[in-house]
Amino acid sequence: MTNVAEHVSEDTAVEKAAPRRRAGALAETGHPVVRPPAAAHLSDEQVAELSRELDAIRDEVLGRRGQHDADYIRRVIKAQRALEFGGRAALLFGRNKVAWVAGTTMLSFAKILENMELGHNILHGQWDWMRDPDIHSTTWDWDFVTPTRSWQHTHNDLHHRWTNVVGKDRDVGYNLLRMDDDQPWKPFNLGNPVYNAVLAPLFEWGIALYDLEIPEYKEGLKSKEAMTRDLQALGRKAAKQFSKDYLATPLVAMLSGSGRQALIGTLTANAVRNVWAHAVIFCGHFPAGTDTFTEEMVDGETRGDWYVRQMIGSANISGSKFMHLMTGNLSHQIEHHLFPDLPSNRYHEIAPKVREICDRYGLPYTTGPLLKQVGSAWAKVFRLALPDRTKPAT
Amino acid sequence: MTRRPKLRHAVSALTTPLAPEDFLALFNPVFSARQLRGVVTKVVPETADSVTIYFHPGRGWKAHRAGQWARIGVEVNGVRHWRSYSLSAAAGHDPAITVTDMGEISRVLVRDTKPGDVLFLAPPQGTFVLPERPRPLLMLTAGSGITPVMSMIRTLVPRRPDADVVLIHSARTPLKSLFVEELRELADQFRQFRVKLWFTSEHGRIDFSSTAALDRLCGDWRERAAYACGPEEFLESAESLWEKQAALPAGSLKIERFSTVLADGAGNDGGLVTFEASDREVEADGNTPLLEVGEDAGVLMPSGCRMGICHSCLLPLREGQVRDLRTNEVHGEPGQLIQTCVSAAAGPVNLDI
Repeated sequence: MTNVAEHVSEDTAVEKAAPRRRAGALAETGHPVVRPPAAAHLSDEQVAELSRELDAIRDEVLGRRGQHDADYIRRVIKAQRALEFGGRAALLFGRNKVAWVAGTTMLSFAKILENMELGHNILHGQWDWMRDPDIHSTTWDWDFVTPTRSWQHTHNDLHHRWTNVVGKDRDVGYNLLRMDDDQPWKPFNLGNPVYNAVLAPLFEWGIALYDLEIPEYKEGLKSKEAMTRDLQALGRKAAKQFSKDYLATPLVAMLSGSGRQALIGTLTANAVRNVWAHAVIFCGHFPAGTDTFTEEMVDGETRGDWYVRQMIGSANISGSKFMHLMTGNLSHQIEHHLFPDLPSNRYHEIAPKVREICDRYGLPYTTGPLLKQVGSAWAKVFRLALPDRTKPAT
Repeated sequence: MTRRPKLRHAVSALTTPLAPEDFLALFNPVFSARQLRGVVTKVVPETADSVTIYFHPGRGWKAHRAGQWARIGVEVNGVRHWRSYSLSAAAGHDPAITVTDMGEISRVLVRDTKPGDVLFLAPPQGTFVLPERPRPLLMLTAGSGITPVMSMIRTLVPRRPDADVVLIHSARTPLKSLFVEELRELADQFRQFRVKLWFTSEHGRIDFSSTAALDRLCGDWRERAAYACGPEEFLESAESLWEKQAALPAGSLKIERFSTVLADGAGNDGGLVTFEASDREVEADGNTPLLEVGEDAGVLMPSGCRMGICHSCLLPLREGQVRDLRTNEVHGEPGQLIQTCVSAAAGPVNLDI
């Protein structure tokens, strides 16, 4: 719901009425115990100035946000529903090859749009300002197995607050993969590439499992009541999602003798969406050029340092307008991590300004075409399967 | 589809997590699983700065009674705003609101509404309605206060030969007065309906300090069930006149208020408002209703009349005290439901939303 950028950018005494996140407001002045190597050359004053410049970018977008943005998100919603409706309807006659290909393609695109540009962004509260109960972070439910509340906790709160801090942001490897040199090597990690290859087509189930926070539960950081509640919520959601695609749709398709084809169609669409989402998300923080952080780099972190961490810990994807839409504008991961609750259609506008700031302050701004970034993330998956060659693993 | 719950339930197995209505809305915008909508069918100018907007509501609307009002949601620059408007159409007809340009939201409604637009709606409500049994009636209205009374007159006069209605309507000038033509025509056509138009540009305001003016305008006013609607001062003076008449039974005068007089704060209250479940915190002054504070902070606040009468905006108070902006009374205990539209923070406040 609320997200981190809010307290970071609006926590000034001047903006009296600006809402902010409650716990852990960041300091205006000072510095962390250690500044990350890529930002070590910056003085406290420079970081504070950078913070003011980024705040100004955000304020400028807030000033322009309005009808144009509302029309945009409604257009995407309409297109997504038309694709979903058309795709599922075509699959009901999947015995016909053309209908099957058209249905599976439309449903795959519908699912990708729904998760990436709609679900993820609406659940961040990017569209809450419209006060439309149909497009609101508290009411939206998505075509994805993990329940929205669990996702908002692990993603909006934990991941976006502790971006790339090893030991705090469990998105670094999702408790499954070794994705950073600072994670001690274990023989289990030899399977890194295999786990990742299996994870990709099953990504939504992997995320659902991850959102249960089983390690936290085992470590006693999550109560039994919370675990029971999350399990029940996941059970209900999973049953509905599973029965929609793998029972209800094939059953109706059996009326035209297309039950089996419809089942293969929905399985394919879900797999396509899973592989795509997995690829895009791995491009966010794993390609070469993105930094990870230690806990002492966030100890005493100011608002400006938080901004810096978001920028040097994230990577963009360059490409066409269509590609940006299909990634839910996560191709502007850097801008998204700076301002998680700005409407996604505005990220491309501010990207040149953010890049200019990075250049001026001598900070890396990592970006590249999709295939290069995916390759880079996979290279890391392979490299970290093996123990570090230069120093002992432990 | 909403009329067939079993079919709807079956189809939703294919549409989850969306509702079947979400797909039907691709074809007809009034379909929605979550919110009542209506499509504008006609927009009729009334005066230079007012229009009547006719709309066809989707399923879930209940037919209005003459004199009731409804909350209308309208989008201004992408943001949903809710306001309450009296329904001016006769009971039994498609609803219509008559809106006068008086602020940012009503201005948009007056200037920009066109047939085919979608309005967001809440079902009609209000107890300012015609008596159950036929009685001689006196209607006292001023300015746009004529709107709910117009619905009553349109419902009653043409259909009931036994009706006996006197309308005293006060407006600034004939040009600025709503429905003048129609009222005159109705009075010509139906003997059971009499209209006294009072233009304040010519005669000043109607004097309610004594009964003299009323005696002259409607000799038998004491025998009539009276209804009044208009600006606050107009209603207050009429109310005090009726109160002074010891012979009249209580409740002889029914009143519909359009606005609430809010008291100014002492200036030193206000405080930090916490929206617990939404995880938002914002500094508020002592004069801004908590409803607005929440909306500005991006919290999805329940809201209604915005004048302290409909209780749609009630929220449980977890901690702190609030000041009632109408009375200045400071109150609040944990668990109490407070009306956020007329309550401001009196010190730190924690709300359960």
